[in-house]
Amino acid sequence: MQIDWFHFTPGSSFIGGILLGIAASVLFLNSGRILGITGILEGVLAPKAQDISWRIAFLLGLFATPWVAKWVLPEGFIHAPRIEASWGMVILAGLMVGVGTRWGAGCTSGHGICGLSRLSVRSLIATLSFMGTGFVTVFVLRHLF
Amino acid sequence: MQRVVEFLLGLLFGMGLLISGMTDPGKVQGFLDLAGAWDPSLAFVMGGGVVVGVLGFGVAKTKSRSFSGNPFHWPEMTQVDRPLVLGSLMFGVGWGLAGFCPGPALVAMASGHDKAVVFVIAMMVGMVLFGRFKKRDN
Repeated sequence: MQIDWFHFTPGSSFIGGILLGIAASVLFLNSGRILGITGILEGVLAPKAQDISWRIAFLLGLFATPWVAKWVLPEGFIHAPRIEASWGMVILAGLMVGVGTRWGAGCTSGHGICGLSRLSVRSLIATLSFMGTGFVTVFVLRHLF
Repeated sequence: MQRVVEFLLGLLFGMGLLISGMTDPGKVQGFLDLAGAWDPSLAFVMGGGVVVGVLGFGVAKTKSRSFSGNPFHWPEMTQVDRPLVLGSLMFGVGWGLAGFCPGPALVAMASGHDKAVVFVIAMMVGMVLFGRFKKRDN
């Protein structure tokens, strides 16, 4: 195994992770809700009165991120995302993520952050499952083709 | 007031995704590429998130209500079942193919990256399609 030292960012990734943990903890402690993007979107797709407004407020905050980041983060801190996938691949991937996350009742936030933090066995199995196929998929993409 | 708190938490979560590097598919795929030049950064993201989360959810376990007065919506399912595993396996394939999971894709969409916009549309279509199939099953 060989480490990509050029792209490796343990410090900012750990700090970013801590922010994710704070947001997830405070949303649960304050509002009693699990911070799972899949679950939040699900509730927007099938809206119920009394249940929709916190979801919209949270998503608007999420969408405001790039604008606020421009103000508060030092210039050049955020580099442009590297998107290698072709258009067809992006569509296929989006469909699989959409179906898969609802089928598996969660994604990297709900299972990966909140679930593991709650020491949920279900979320541990989910996280190992999507990481497992993630590893295999990138291996096939980058090393077999 | 609660809506303002939730807006700020969405923003904080988004900043976490941006700062950690999760909104860069190249970084995600770099983590998933064990056989190539491996970028272990994502393990630090998850580590940071879970270290804080264990504390936060640990405090919640000692309380009967959230600060807003609303009850805690603890996830009710505890059983490891086929949908959980099959769905997660499928999600992982999509995650590896494009390097996007739902949260970072939404932030990248808001940044105006065209492929992220298309990814999110496809993802929403997938979510709606799944809802249709599920309804037919019941």
